[in-house]
Amino acid sequence: MRGSPSWGRLPGAEPQWLAIGSRHQALPERASMLPWGNGRSYGDSCRNDGGVLLAAGALDRYIAFDPATGIIEVEAGVQLAAIIALALPHGWFPAVTPGTRWVTVGGCIANDVHGKNHHRAGSFGHHLLDFELLRSDGTVLHCSPTEHRDWFDATIGGLGLTGLIRRARMQLQRVGGPWLRGDSLRFGSLAEFFALSACSEPDYAYTVAWLDCSASGRHRGRGIFLRANHAPATVAGPQQEAAGRALRLPFTPPLSAVNRLSLRAFNTLYFHRPAAQARERLWHYRPFFYPLDAIADWNRLYGPRGFYQYQCVLPAADAETVLDEMLARIAASGLGSFLVVLKTFGAQRSRGLLSFARPGVTLALDFPNRGAATLALLDALDRLTLDAGGAVYPAKDARMSAAAFQQYFPQWQAFARYIDPKFSSSFWRRVTGSTTA
Amino acid sequence: MRRILIMGATSAIAEATAREFAALGAALFLVGRDSARLSAIADDLRLRGASQVDTQVMDARALDDYPQLVDAASARLGGLDTALIAHGTLTDQAAAQASIALLDDEFRVNALSQMALCTVLGNRFEAQGHGCIAVISSVAGDRGRQSNYVYGAAKAAVTAFTSGLRQRLHPKGVVVLTIKPGFVDTPMTATFRKGPLWATPAQVARTIVRAIQQRRAVLYTPWFWWPIMLIIRHLPEALFRRLRL
Repeated sequence: MRGSPSWGRLPGAEPQWLAIGSRHQALPERASMLPWGNGRSYGDSCRNDGGVLLAAGALDRYIAFDPATGIIEVEAGVQLAAIIALALPHGWFPAVTPGTRWVTVGGCIANDVHGKNHHRAGSFGHHLLDFELLRSDGTVLHCSPTEHRDWFDATIGGLGLTGLIRRARMQLQRVGGPWLRGDSLRFGSLAEFFALSACSEPDYAYTVAWLDCSASGRHRGRGIFLRANHAPATVAGPQQEAAGRALRLPFTPPLSAVNRLSLRAFNTLYFHRPAAQARERLWHYRPFFYPLDAIADWNRLYGPRGFYQYQCVLPAADAETVLDEMLARIAASGLGSFLVVLKTFGAQRSRGLLSFARPGVTLALDFPNRGAATLALLDALDRLTLDAGGAVYPAKDARMSAAAFQQYFPQWQAFARYIDPKFSSSFWRRVTGSTTA
Repeated sequence: MRRILIMGATSAIAEATAREFAALGAALFLVGRDSARLSAIADDLRLRGASQVDTQVMDARALDDYPQLVDAASARLGGLDTALIAHGTLTDQAAAQASIALLDDEFRVNALSQMALCTVLGNRFEAQGHGCIAVISSVAGDRGRQSNYVYGAAKAAVTAFTSGLRQRLHPKGVVVLTIKPGFVDTPMTATFRKGPLWATPAQVARTIVRAIQQRRAVLYTPWFWWPIMLIIRHLPEALFRRLRL
């Protein structure tokens, strides 16, 4: 029933699963284990070829929720969708959410995920009150900003390597209801994007931009800027948007449906569609935060060879020049994707030792797997990121070199002390040059 | 189905079904072996909308305790409308072929205990003139196969027993539902290789609740196990005994 354990569906070894069904259960006796929540990491940070994956999705029980304070405690396999289902009717919403609600709380912690409100709310770890970590020697660590603080910081963004997170408590944010209100604005260049970001961030909790990565020449850097706030309870949008029909891609096309032709057509239509320019519009939270959740298994679109995602963060200083160079190379390659996202990160320092989010601007896009050509382009992008002093997001990565990783995350050796001796991942072995599972 | 007894409440199918009951605002009495797991499930079900959740620790093998169990559930919930009997183990076929003691225990856990509880509940529901007993049997009980005939034989007993009980209680307004899941992705089957025939506990749970609401007699879940088992049941022995199923 489960196919590939990771969202990018790149070819790889058949995984070995062991299910964790109860938070009162001991860890199995295995030499190499990696917790696995819902497989929404794109690359090999959620793979453990040669070892086992601890399928923890069945740790999906609510533990406590206080509608007065918005503090919720859940098992680590609970997905954000389930938190929203319980908390939104009481006027609470996750303080930080990534672009899919089908992620587990454990995964959100392990990748210290961020969302469209990073400039204001920081990343997931900033709203975490405490969690319980089970180590393979049977030790249970209760971690919070005041208790086992070093373990707290190592586990946030710690890629699941420090032990199994069994339960976590977090603070939700107050919202009026399921609707958001804001603007959708076309922009013609990266300079315009930066200007829009700067003028929108003080007034809008959420900002993000979609970029047309197939545009070249004078159109390069064009896109659509979204900014919004949670709307008050009195506001309600159209019912059909709230209903949120879900489609499913029922099969994997034999070839990637994403190619030069379909990309150009889609991007041009998407940029010029009338809804791209709209002020004071309403979005239901589902299409606003989770547009791709409306098409279950959309990742199959890229065919049986799967796809790579590249997400980097660039320091603000040279970001415009570097991004322009990246877009030029991507457009020239004809590779690239429908959904290219650009977003400025805020100044708040991430909580985790190995957290990705840092001040600057972040670019994320997919690339169908066309083998060597794709890898060469990604390596070229990596060189630009490295020179700019940026970093690549481990949750999205399947190919960065060990040298690149170690420069992006110079604290990796300090982090390594916290890794459980029986935990490992394909990603970690790759970026640290270790060979045994 | 407002007041519900769930036997084997920590099993994945039972827990998923309890979530469906909770969302309907039911009052639940959960029975299982592990008190920590029971109370974790109870906390979760309260947040999911259950109007009341009580738990009791019990080993299903203790056949003499069933009358007392049903009395306790009924006292706590103020009566009983529905029972879901979901406990059981997946027999290690090779081990059971080699051990009479294990064979005996497997029949106690997977057949005799279900029949004992059905007996107590059947008499109570007959007296009160309403109620539904939903029992998880298995497609494995439809025909003995070499790969799991000890488990299958116990489930066949449950299937035959509930069929007879259903006939007996039908005129009294009591429903007996025999549930026959196929392959379900649960911790019980975690090490199995999964194919397209596998269902999730949540999918199976939704069909169980619907079948209870519709007062159905037999439920194959997912539905496609009905035609599959129809074929398997009707294969002539001359052919069947040569198969490796």
